[in-house]
Amino acid sequence: MMPNKKLSRERRGYIGLMRTLMAVCASLTCALVLFLIVYVLIKGVPNITWELLSTSPSYLTQRIGILPDILNTVYIVIATLLVVLPLGVGAAIYLTEYAKNQKIVSVIEYAAETLSGIPSIIYGLVGMLFFCQFLGMQTSLLAGALTLVIMNLPTIMRTTQESLKTVPQSFREGAFGLGAGKWRVIHTVVLPGCVDGIITGCILSVGRIIGESAALLFTAGFAHALNGFFKGLTSAGATLTVALYVYAKEQGEFDVAFAIAAILMGLTLLINLAAYLTQRYFRRKKAL
Amino acid sequence: MLGLVTVGCVLLITVYLIVSGIPAIREIGLIKFLFGTKWASTAAEPSYGILPFILTSIYGTAGAIVIGVPIGFMTAVYLAKIAPPKIKTVMESAVSLLAGIPSVVYGLVGMLVLVPAIRNLFRVPDGSSLLAAIVVLAVMILPSIINVSVTALEAVPKEYEDASLTLGATPLETYFRVSVPAAKSGIAAAVVLGVGRAIGEAMAVMMVSGNVANMPSLFQSVRFLTTAVASEMSYSSGLQRQALFSIALVLYLFIMMINAMLNFFLKRNKEGR
Repeated sequence: MMPNKKLSRERRGYIGLMRTLMAVCASLTCALVLFLIVYVLIKGVPNITWELLSTSPSYLTQRIGILPDILNTVYIVIATLLVVLPLGVGAAIYLTEYAKNQKIVSVIEYAAETLSGIPSIIYGLVGMLFFCQFLGMQTSLLAGALTLVIMNLPTIMRTTQESLKTVPQSFREGAFGLGAGKWRVIHTVVLPGCVDGIITGCILSVGRIIGESAALLFTAGFAHALNGFFKGLTSAGATLTVALYVYAKEQGEFDVAFAIAAILMGLTLLINLAAYLTQRYFRRKKAL
Repeated sequence: MLGLVTVGCVLLITVYLIVSGIPAIREIGLIKFLFGTKWASTAAEPSYGILPFILTSIYGTAGAIVIGVPIGFMTAVYLAKIAPPKIKTVMESAVSLLAGIPSVVYGLVGMLVLVPAIRNLFRVPDGSSLLAAIVVLAVMILPSIINVSVTALEAVPKEYEDASLTLGATPLETYFRVSVPAAKSGIAAAVVLGVGRAIGEAMAVMMVSGNVANMPSLFQSVRFLTTAVASEMSYSSGLQRQALFSIALVLYLFIMMINAMLNFFLKRNKEGR
């Protein structure tokens, strides 16, 4: 790697230039990440109080609480996963284990790719038209969750598919050889072998759901009411991200906004860590 | 048959957007709608020209690409070829963290850091501008560009590099003159993916761009295709509402074009090997 004295001046100049550019850009990226994390945490953490976390907002006492928003986020994550998991995993199993018609497979894969490229605001719009108006759900968490199901379907499908492909063909053949039927092979041999892919897909989806806002603005609404799970699903409610947007842009409550941002940042860190740890855990287990 | 759900979803979205987007275009007139320069949906005599939004989206995306791609590309080369394993793991997790941060958080930080900074730096009355949106978008597309480019660069066969090294090129020359050209369709895919991300982003842009339907200029408050939909949806009605659906349809057509391009590059990348 030492700059060779025998190289011409031009070449040394080129190498030097590229090396500096690379160093500058790489450190810029790092600095950016660091700045974002530190800035949000410093501005946000002091504003997180127990009162903020444990109460619902009230105009009478001028109190702002984000408990309903936290609960709404949890509800929407649960509801979305409940629907998207069977759909996505089922679709992936169908594609890798059953589908014989190559044309259908390629059409489905193309559709999944298209879905993952559509911006969330369009999901929000179609979700509003279809779930809220056409199916008559009004603006509700359920409509929001169903919109997110469509959004996260490609993610779950792809990660499951990828890990289904890593299950060795010989496992399947062995099970077939012992006389097991197709479905039995899938649910006793193939599925346990790809749990890691499904879990990774889940974690990724949770991250996307928590971070999503544009798709929820018109489907799940802004309300801050405190509800139980089933009551909550049928009524409108803001998730943390939507609440952040409303507090920052429309009410100018930057302290609350930063507190929420800090919570979201913490969750993002946690989710990334969880994804990393599960991947490592399963890789080790497979290596044994 | 479960797999067909995805196809159904795509069809559903397409059909809904077309059905709800066409009436307004028909009423306003396609040329007047696409190339009209004045958007005044709530005026007494409303006019619905979305050229400002289209141009803003194009300029904003182009700006984000101009800033984001070089930085992302250089970082990717560093990560894929030079970085020691430890630094690489740390930086890769940092990049994936960047990808995971919700867009409203970008918007919030942009609103409170970037916007005042632009106001003070360039001495303009309001920092909420196209420039602020461009910078936020550039940061937001970094992770996709870095990740896809790194994958493409790592897939370059080692033999190419070895051959170049044996011929007397230094490692750095090899990376930039052999590996990068070999990975170029993968890197092109990364850029296209970045374009898709940037053009579809709504919330962060809405928080920093000021949201006034001006023709785009760097220091003025502007409105994107996405934010036009998002900002008026909640109180719109009648023709105005239908026009918003038409805007979404235009945005959707843009995205479809970008998707087709992305598929083209990815396919070529696969065939190249």
